[in-house]
Amino acid sequence: MSYKERFEGEPGSADDRTGLNEGDLKDSELEQVLSNFRSSVRAWSEAEYSRPRAAAKAARGRSWRLAAGWALGCALVAGGVGGGVYERHQRLETARIAAVHEAEQKRLAVEEKAREEEELLAKVDSDVSREVPSAMEPLAQLMAEDETQ
Amino acid sequence: MRNATGRVNSQPVRASTCVMAAGTALEPMTGEAAAEIAALQLETATEEFSSVVASHRPQIFRFLLASTRDVDLAETLTQECFLKAHRNWGGFRGDSSAMTWLMRIAINLQKDHWRNRRMQFWRQTRNHAVDLDEASDWLPSGERSAEQKMLAREQVGRVWEAVKGLSERQRTVFLLRYVEEQELSAIAQATGLSEGTVKAHLSRALARVRAELGGKR
Repeated sequence: MSYKERFEGEPGSADDRTGLNEGDLKDSELEQVLSNFRSSVRAWSEAEYSRPRAAAKAARGRSWRLAAGWALGCALVAGGVGGGVYERHQRLETARIAAVHEAEQKRLAVEEKAREEEELLAKVDSDVSREVPSAMEPLAQLMAEDETQ
Repeated sequence: MRNATGRVNSQPVRASTCVMAAGTALEPMTGEAAAEIAALQLETATEEFSSVVASHRPQIFRFLLASTRDVDLAETLTQECFLKAHRNWGGFRGDSSAMTWLMRIAINLQKDHWRNRRMQFWRQTRNHAVDLDEASDWLPSGERSAEQKMLAREQVGRVWEAVKGLSERQRTVFLLRYVEEQELSAIAQATGLSEGTVKAHLSRALARVRAELGGKR
């Protein structure tokens, strides 16, 4: 029975309802194609219906577990990397502060040493100038006069 | 007692009295007898439902598979369909055939699924629907030449392409008519549409299939 015939006896034009007038495809060809389509769907359905489904279900469950695993893994990696970066940053900052502190200490030590040397020299100078022997007194006076001039 | 659809009429039986059609009152039924009848009815209903599942499950699965092209989803919806049917089995009066009733449940479940999926699209990580090429591979070999097989496969692929482009309602009507080979009245009952609307949807669906097949030849 053709698809036109199937609609015979029903109100209205069969062609209007089935779209059999459109295009250049013949009814028999369309019927054959639809029959192939039906056979194809049935064969596919039968094959899938008789196939055990447990594996597919597990696969879907696994996919969620896999996604959760990936998410957890990514979070752990991100956390690890973030922690590492933070730790490194902290270490560098501590090292920088220590270096600055050490440099300051050195600078203070150098300044202290310079000041001490200066004081020592001044003391020596004053001591030397104070302890000029009497035999050298005239020469010291001359030097003092030269300095005042 | 079986009705026209082959279903046993499971109207509740009063425990107090059982009245014959002629109006002759029988002896009052004891509680034990009522419990026995109830147990028998339950057993009968279970057996009936089991036979309905056995005979209609493959067809419901096939319709859902063709509609969704997703094997796992079709299996899930089929299970949901029979679960729902089992819960409402007592309410099935046999106004339509069991197949039409089940198909109606399946269509509604499918509709709900697509609606939920549209609303919660972000929850979908991936689509499990198979490719159209893969769906077209399932063609019984028969006694054809290699060339004929190739042509048939190509044409089936084009029908799938056309089906993919149909609206949900057109697709449902098309599959019920040309895959399940249901009568228009049964399609109308299963979809809740009038026969005229079913014909209109069918006409548009066929026109699309024809255009797909004719336009690309």
